[in-house]
Amino acid sequence: MIKMKINGQERNWDGDPDLSLLWFLRDEIGLTGTKYGCGQALCGSCTVIVDKQAVRSCITSVSDVVDREITTIEGLHPTGDHAVQKAWRQVNVPQCGYCQAGQIMQAAALLTENPKPSHDQIREAMSGNICRCGCYQRIENAIHLASTGV
Amino acid sequence: MNIIANPARLRGIEARIRVEKISRRSVLKTLGIAGGLVLAAPVMSRQAFAAYQTGAGAMPHGTVVDPRVFVAIASDGTVTIVAHRSEMGTGVRTSLPLVVAEEMEADWSRVKVAQAHGDEAKYGNQDTDGSRSTRHYLIPMRQIGASARAMLEAAAAKRWGVPATEVRAVNHEVVHTASGRRLGFGELAADAAKEPVPDVGGLKLKDPKDFRYLGKGDISIVDLRDITVGAARYGSDTRLPGMKYAVIARPPVTGGKLKSFDSSEAMKVSGVEKVMEVQGWPWPSKFQPLGGVAVIARNTGAAIKGRDALKIVWDDGANGKYDSAAYRAELEEAARKPGLVVRKEGDVDAALKGADKVVIGEYYLPHLAHVSMETPVAVADVKDGKAEIWAPVQSPGGTREDVAKTLGIPEANVTVNVTLLGGGFGRKSKCDFAIEAALLSKAIGSPVKVQWTRDDDVRHDFLHTVSVERIEAGLDKSGKVIAWRHRSVAPTIASTFAANAVHAAPFELGMGLIDLPFEIANIQCENPEAAAHARIGWFRSVSNIPRAFAVQSMVGELAHATNRDQKDMLLDLIGSPRIVKLDSVKDPWNYGEPFDSYPIDTARLRRVVELVADKGGWGRSVPKGHGLGIAVHRSFVSYIATIVEVAIDDKGKLTVPQVDTAIDCGTFINPERIQSQIEGAAIMGLSLAKYGEISFKDGKVQQGNFDDFPVVRMDEAPLVTNVHIVPVDADTPPSGVGEPGVPPFAPALINAIFAATGKRIRALPIGKQLET
Repeated sequence: MIKMKINGQERNWDGDPDLSLLWFLRDEIGLTGTKYGCGQALCGSCTVIVDKQAVRSCITSVSDVVDREITTIEGLHPTGDHAVQKAWRQVNVPQCGYCQAGQIMQAAALLTENPKPSHDQIREAMSGNICRCGCYQRIENAIHLASTGV
Repeated sequence: MNIIANPARLRGIEARIRVEKISRRSVLKTLGIAGGLVLAAPVMSRQAFAAYQTGAGAMPHGTVVDPRVFVAIASDGTVTIVAHRSEMGTGVRTSLPLVVAEEMEADWSRVKVAQAHGDEAKYGNQDTDGSRSTRHYLIPMRQIGASARAMLEAAAAKRWGVPATEVRAVNHEVVHTASGRRLGFGELAADAAKEPVPDVGGLKLKDPKDFRYLGKGDISIVDLRDITVGAARYGSDTRLPGMKYAVIARPPVTGGKLKSFDSSEAMKVSGVEKVMEVQGWPWPSKFQPLGGVAVIARNTGAAIKGRDALKIVWDDGANGKYDSAAYRAELEEAARKPGLVVRKEGDVDAALKGADKVVIGEYYLPHLAHVSMETPVAVADVKDGKAEIWAPVQSPGGTREDVAKTLGIPEANVTVNVTLLGGGFGRKSKCDFAIEAALLSKAIGSPVKVQWTRDDDVRHDFLHTVSVERIEAGLDKSGKVIAWRHRSVAPTIASTFAANAVHAAPFELGMGLIDLPFEIANIQCENPEAAAHARIGWFRSVSNIPRAFAVQSMVGELAHATNRDQKDMLLDLIGSPRIVKLDSVKDPWNYGEPFDSYPIDTARLRRVVELVADKGGWGRSVPKGHGLGIAVHRSFVSYIATIVEVAIDDKGKLTVPQVDTAIDCGTFINPERIQSQIEGAAIMGLSLAKYGEISFKDGKVQQGNFDDFPVVRMDEAPLVTNVHIVPVDADTPPSGVGEPGVPPFAPALINAIFAATGKRIRALPIGKQLET
């Protein structure tokens, strides 16, 4: 039996320990905010935060996160008002929106590590997250806004 | 199966389908909202009555203009407005209901949007493609809102015993100015429902100067908050009690078939419950599934692991030799010989022969995959002769038809719930994935989700075609272009519907070939034959991508050949302000729109060039290694011009410091969403120009994920994209926005690269061509 803490709640799994965290979250416990995009850590749609670090849940197996604290988009902020989430809404970032949970989790992890990232630091930190609609300019603006209030 | 036997039956292609008059059911029942709603009554067909005509009436099932179908008012005043088009990122789920709210004087903060399921008899055409939603529905949605407003006003006037002319709706209530009396929409709802629906022709629409929402751009999309908190529901997020998870191994070659399979290892995988064959249809078969072997499991991860353990033998069939390198040579050969003439003015052969100089350009664009972030996915629950589907589909009505036909049940027994689409770009106009889910659910007797992996998506897409565009331009002694021959060779989308389709369909010819807007005395457009060996489909902007790439690159080449400024050359070729006539073209296609409302207007084309040149600083001095390029293209009846500034370092690494795009899309609803579409189009344009290539070897797609089919990431995105919208008066018919931003990007970039380096790129993607 594998135990982990997801959004503050104890969760157990007694199936295949190699099951990826992504499908455990989405299919086994119904946290569908975390998205599938590529299955190979190439696009970042499945990004969650494990102990403060952004992690690609599609290549992370459940056995990798035993006793770890996992935060998904649903648990980022109790009322959905994390500075990044608010900035995202203010800048009208999303088009289709599908990749945005992963983008937001990546941005939140970035700001935890580096509260005032530069232009280049933002572009580098976010370059693992693909947005096929092409919202990059607004993502960058929203991260600046979340970090500086401007 | 040969569906193209009657080409008029193709959905979303030529749209020549007669509007059917089908009786409709009550809004209460089909909206699926709890009671307390009014404006709900049996509905009759009503046609739009507009100042300008569009092609909306010619779409399958035409247009429905009826407030009782689209609007419901609860007694607490909550107004529910139906969104009948699919949301894939354009903002349409917000913008069309916003139009209704505007005209009916509803307060947007008290409006809820309800997504229509697939039911075209009730809602009118729902094909969300062709950049059509605003141009086909702006007026109908205004009429729906105005009808609802008139009914509310009539109800209030009756209540007060005053003439209806003395009352008016203002911000969610009706007021009688003389007496100061007022009643909220909720209080009037029940009475308003009893009022007759006013005649469309007699409706008075709001004066655009009184608009509160339209044209302003300060209303965010309705799903914004849900998206940021992980609560937005896409197709992949559907969960039903007892639902199983399936992935399918499909034939690796188009037209291939399953020979045999061994599931013994797959069945040993923890969580795998069943392995079974899925029915496939012989290619070409429109949007029917490819067939293969399904692995059904308790979660998607187990299904994928099970599929990896399958042993399958395929019969590759006739396309097993498809090889992109060899095929390119075939296309080039075809482009160098005369082909079917599809436009002819003057005598191009004589003019080329007599020209002082002939410039020839041959441009290659490979297949492209859509790779929307949400791969194809669908949930189906088929039981007791009924099917319910949850899927991210651009064509809910078509999905309903195709699922019904495949299962052999009446359409009335099929419900298609339209989720949000995690991107579409044309891929999700084809409902093969929904049919797969329906077939599997029927077979196993429980709800099932069919999830496509990224690999499935890339290898089994309905790809953008592959093309060679060859242009020969003849110049006289003064440097004036006197002859233009354009041969366009590419497998046609019609090949997905009919075997042996080797010429472009009218709708493909109309995308940047026969509609050339240049003022040249001798023009000839030709379309040599090309046979398809893969599934070809619509990709955002479709044939406009290779055509704009070729035509606008040639403008750059001609500017260089005559030592002229690119923009000056471009304006010279466009010529005088006029309406371009296509008299020599049989059946000219204008995006399904009448030329009267949507002519090819070179004054508007010139204006976007001049606007972007002005705002984008054309001719500004740029640092060494930088270059500016310009391109313009009319598509989806909109006019778009783009300037790209490129920077190439000494190793050949390309970056894009600035993009400027000017768009004339007629009158518009939400400039902020136009801006986002154009920003995104620059990214998609840059992606296809830098990296876009799907290639085949031994009939199989050589790419599978974002490692070998890369798209642009943030660290290589343009540093800034500026969008300049041409202001027009409210009477100018609206035109497309979702697609037309893409075509001019690649040629503007290629012209910029030439300006920066002197290197002329004629084959996309750029790949390593700039590396030194």
